[in-house]
Amino acid sequence: MRRIGVVATAAAIGLALTACSGGGDGGGDGDEGGGGGTDVEVFTWWAAGSELTGLEALEAVFAEQHPDFTFVNGAVAGGAGSAAKDLLQTRLQAGDPPDTFQAHAGAELTDYIAAGQLEDVSDLYTEFGLTDAFPQDLIDLLTVDGNIYSVPSNIHRSNVVWANPTVLESAGIDPAAVPADIDAWIADLETVQATGVTALSVATTWTQVHLLETVLMADLGAEAYIGLWNGETDWTGAEVTGALEHFETLMSFTNTDRDGLDWPEATQMVIDGTAAYNVMGDWAVAAFEEQGVERGAGFVDFPVPGSDGQFGFLADSFTLPVGAPNPDGATAWLETVGSLEGQVAFNQAKGSIPARTDADPADFSEYQQSAIESYANDAIVPSLAHGAASPIAVLNAVSDATSKFTTGGSDLATYQQELAAAVG
Amino acid sequence: MKTIKRWGPPVLLLTPSMILMAVFVYGLIVANFATSATDNHTAAQATGVQPTVFVGIGNYLDLLASDAFQHSLKNLLLYTVVFLVGTMVIGFMWAWLLERPMRGEGIFRSVYLFPMAVSFIASGVVWRWLLNSNEGEQALGLNRLFQMVGLDFLQNPWWNNITWGIAAIALPAIWQLSGYVMALFLAGFRGVPVELREAGRMDGASEWQVYRHVIFPQLSPVALSALIIIGHMSLKAFDLIMSISKPSNYQTKVPAVDMYVFKSSFDYANSAAVGAILLIIVAVLVIPYLIYTNRKEVSGR
Repeated sequence: MRRIGVVATAAAIGLALTACSGGGDGGGDGDEGGGGGTDVEVFTWWAAGSELTGLEALEAVFAEQHPDFTFVNGAVAGGAGSAAKDLLQTRLQAGDPPDTFQAHAGAELTDYIAAGQLEDVSDLYTEFGLTDAFPQDLIDLLTVDGNIYSVPSNIHRSNVVWANPTVLESAGIDPAAVPADIDAWIADLETVQATGVTALSVATTWTQVHLLETVLMADLGAEAYIGLWNGETDWTGAEVTGALEHFETLMSFTNTDRDGLDWPEATQMVIDGTAAYNVMGDWAVAAFEEQGVERGAGFVDFPVPGSDGQFGFLADSFTLPVGAPNPDGATAWLETVGSLEGQVAFNQAKGSIPARTDADPADFSEYQQSAIESYANDAIVPSLAHGAASPIAVLNAVSDATSKFTTGGSDLATYQQELAAAVG
Repeated sequence: MKTIKRWGPPVLLLTPSMILMAVFVYGLIVANFATSATDNHTAAQATGVQPTVFVGIGNYLDLLASDAFQHSLKNLLLYTVVFLVGTMVIGFMWAWLLERPMRGEGIFRSVYLFPMAVSFIASGVVWRWLLNSNEGEQALGLNRLFQMVGLDFLQNPWWNNITWGIAAIALPAIWQLSGYVMALFLAGFRGVPVELREAGRMDGASEWQVYRHVIFPQLSPVALSALIIIGHMSLKAFDLIMSISKPSNYQTKVPAVDMYVFKSSFDYANSAAVGAILLIIVAVLVIPYLIYTNRKEVSGR
């Protein structure tokens, strides 16, 4: 046993070594932050595109609000955040946390919380006045056993359909008429498919899980959907079966090369007119705007039919890790993240919307304005595919079951059982 | 004193690498087995907030009994068979063709060997497009090529077929490593002394008989080495699959991908168990080979 201890120590040293070298890339190593210095290492996966612009905007606000601290960019690029999460896992494990790190708000934090790696920041909510600035629905979803562990910086909506009006018109569908529910939408999809175009574009597994969650929202309604995640709704029930049948039908309208694509390629099919509809979170709006496609003429968007009145939310948020080298600096960063000024600057650049409800919609684009309005009025429900609804292990199990089902490895009954087992 | 002088310097020179190997290779293998024998399935246990309990081979039994892992093992077997047969057959044929001295041999050798220099990740990006599973009007890549040359019936979903999909991933692997197997066999062919061929011919053997009875039997050690090298590469297949497919795609799951997914969900025990199973499979393949070559070296002395 003792020998194992020695080996474990050696392994820990090894991990610490790799962690140090990794942290060195970000420029915010323990040596710099730990000396009670002014550096604040902000660990994110925002390394390119509109995310980077957003981070820079936030950094500018931080420099203005807290001139005595220095922002150190600890961004790690690659794999839509998976490279950053891998490195973060190693660093937290080795007791070398950054001052603050980005994480999806909601249940995805469960593992970090259970591991005792995050500080409760609910006091900061009171101190910074965030309790009143954020909608109560959101605060309820962020609260775990009476504590809150992160400050959301931005909100995205998951249950949005993006459609190409030209393709719809040539199939004889009025782009302005939004189908009332999934059944009505399936009728439209059939009409489109008859014209030889891919009716619904989708990409690899996570986008299929994304589609699944929006179908569950549409068929179950907000309350029963939230119940899926707190145990009040039965995963083996007939309602879920109905939603899964809808999901199966929707998948039959999709492109066959889906598993090799990621979301930009699937959304691109709608932009190019090779597909009529795509279900994707509202970061997709950037893909349309970047290519000069205008809302209305070039694309239309509406909530997934049947999920009108629900706002499938996912949010990036910042945390206060236990043992952060510079907790004061991290607290200052969280204040900036939660502040009206910080949220407006960040979201204008990133294309998402502020988590605060007191921002002036006039500062934002046309799509963002509509999202801000829904966010203020709709029921806020957590996204499954993006970590708001469930811990990572549950999401992985749901993804595995979904991939198995959509590639033909299981029938609907097995799929439903596997989903129930994954969440239960 | 004298003995220290004789043994001291070599020992001193070897010590650093031995210590590094002991800690970072064998030490970590032991740590891996130790982790795999616990119930360390959550983030809380990994950091010591929750206790872990020794469960012996429980994780292994659960894994081997689960449909998902059996599917991964089946995929791994299929991938290995296709990869091995493909590289061995093609590599051998190429070596045989180039074995006779001919003009431009150097060029062919480089051309065939060159794909090995490309990283799996880079070639995977290209092959993901070539192996696009759309058929008919939306076809891309190889399926489109089949249409253009009038071989429409050859169109298939490639790696998106649930049973045979993984074999399609072996295609780029074969493309990349056949040249390497060719180089091994070519060295084998060249290692056969000219005298033996001439002796065979003197005895009235036809050209085919010279190959069949004189040269091929002498290639078996090379074939075995190639088999072991390709075989253990195949068992560790990860980067190519990650690059063409995605970790959660059911049709292309293999144990190495499972290991990655377990690790990402803080399930260190199962992740370590999958790693251990892979190590054991490789060991079953490699250790008999090491014993075999070792014996041969001893008897050869």
